Amino acid sequence: MEDLILRVTDIRKDYGHIQALQGASLSVKRGSITAVVGDNGSGKSTLIKILSGNIKPDGGSIQVGQESYGSLSIKNAMELGIRTVYQDLSLDNYKNSFENIFLGAELTRGPFLDRRAMKEEAGAILERINVAIPDLEEPVGNLSGGQRQGVAIARALRTPGKILLLDEPTAAMGIHESHSAMNILRSLKEQGMSQLIISHNIHQVFDIADYIWVMRLGRCIAGVATADTTPQQLQELILSRENQEVQ
Amino acid sequence: MSSFKRWCVKQSTALLLILVCLLMMAFLSVETRSFFSVKNVVNILEANSYRLILAVGMMCAIASGAIDLSMGSILSFSAICMAKAMKAEWSVAGSIMLSLALGMLMGAVNGSVIHLTRINAFIITLATSMLYRGLSLIATQGIPITKLPQLFREIGCGDIFGMESGVTMAIVITVLLIPLFYHTKWGSYVMSLGGNPEALKRSGVPIGLYRVSVFVLTGLLSAVAGIIVTARLNSAEANAGLSMEMDAICAVVMGGTAMRGGSGSLLGTVVAVFLMGLIRNGLTIMSVSSYYQQFITGAMMLCAVIIAEMRERRTRIG
Repeated sequence: MEDLILRVTDIRKDYGHIQALQGASLSVKRGSITAVVGDNGSGKSTLIKILSGNIKPDGGSIQVGQESYGSLSIKNAMELGIRTVYQDLSLDNYKNSFENIFLGAELTRGPFLDRRAMKEEAGAILERINVAIPDLEEPVGNLSGGQRQGVAIARALRTPGKILLLDEPTAAMGIHESHSAMNILRSLKEQGMSQLIISHNIHQVFDIADYIWVMRLGRCIAGVATADTTPQQLQELILSRENQEVQ
Repeated sequence: MSSFKRWCVKQSTALLLILVCLLMMAFLSVETRSFFSVKNVVNILEANSYRLILAVGMMCAIASGAIDLSMGSILSFSAICMAKAMKAEWSVAGSIMLSLALGMLMGAVNGSVIHLTRINAFIITLATSMLYRGLSLIATQGIPITKLPQLFREIGCGDIFGMESGVTMAIVITVLLIPLFYHTKWGSYVMSLGGNPEALKRSGVPIGLYRVSVFVLTGLLSAVAGIIVTARLNSAEANAGLSMEMDAICAVVMGGTAMRGGSGSLLGTVVAVFLMGLIRNGLTIMSVSSYYQQFITGAMMLCAVIIAEMRERRTRIG
């Protein structure tokens, strides 16, 4: 049996009469970068929100390691080692880098925030994932897109995790910033971190992922190893009218 | 950037207001004989102690991305219940505790309704301000409750260090808020509620608890202000605190706190309250007719708020 870190089986989610997920199933191998691609409205972001505990599915199961769950809360997901970097990065623009990295888990000395310790530890985390931010006290609203992405990833990896979920990690970035963000993800893979990346940028996905799942109309219609397919084939799958179980 | 330079940039509005205060004090000292006296400075502090208490509470609410338009009504209703309790032979301490508890309860109601319904704080507190003011009118039938116990008056406006006790209360509250707001998790989360509540929620922080706590604080501070106002007037009445939240909002914005929340300037708020007191005092000393005073004060505040907001927009983050 393959060494899977995450397996999602038959996940369903309806928003009123809209069926966002209609039995999506996928798996992520330990230590791999797995991407989920699909057109707008295919259910990619809903899937990430379910895996990170932000919304509850209507059915299906989520297996993390050996344990299986019907749904997760944000707290559950964090305890299980699921770390999430949201599409909007979920940063407080008024706070600086280390305050954002420790948001919700601040280090304290008695009742007071221990800013010095947080700054030191945040610097070490950023160094570990190769993110360069010259001034850790600068509000993150003033940082570049790549640096902000770095802060969001550093926050997700502040405590040891098993899998990192990234929702459109380069959606709002320029070419240079996307390049630095991709380098961060490669560096994390070298450190053994499993990653599940949601993206609609097929070329970027080909550049970084080991496995690719294609989502269409709330289902994962294909799962392929990157080496065994081409961007053209993927594009055809995304746009195909009929479900094709490729795996 | 050095820490001091960063602090100066952050507090630039407050520092500018301090300069305006100094210029205004210099002008008033030259123009009038009675301004530059200990008695008059004490008078300004005493007349603005409860305004400062309301303003620092409002600053916390605005920093959290909310607003509390019911502070004046909470002030009135909590003070009326306290006065009624004293008239019913409750001890002064017991009556004051009742007032503080009621203030917190009304604040908790505001915060809970806002959190549970997810309706804008502006609308909810506008409605509850009418509700609480209505309760004050029902409880008093519009008749002030006067002749309160001497001990209560001693507590609410007795002499401490040559000034009314309200000044000491305002200073103590403001000083306690500095570490609470800037150096604890509570303060950090309150600001994040205004900065990005979704980020806070996704970090596993129970945002409802913190949202309610902000309104409990504004309710508590409204009740404290109510104690001072009632003691000064020796009377609790339904119209007490009317529109005082507007002065508080004005001071908070003038002091450099953005209406959208995310950060807050305690120093700016303190200086703005003092500046507003200075304007009122100066106009009175210069014998400007009370008919014009309201207009001039309003116009000056409008200018100050516009300048503060323009400066804030220029240095906006994100």
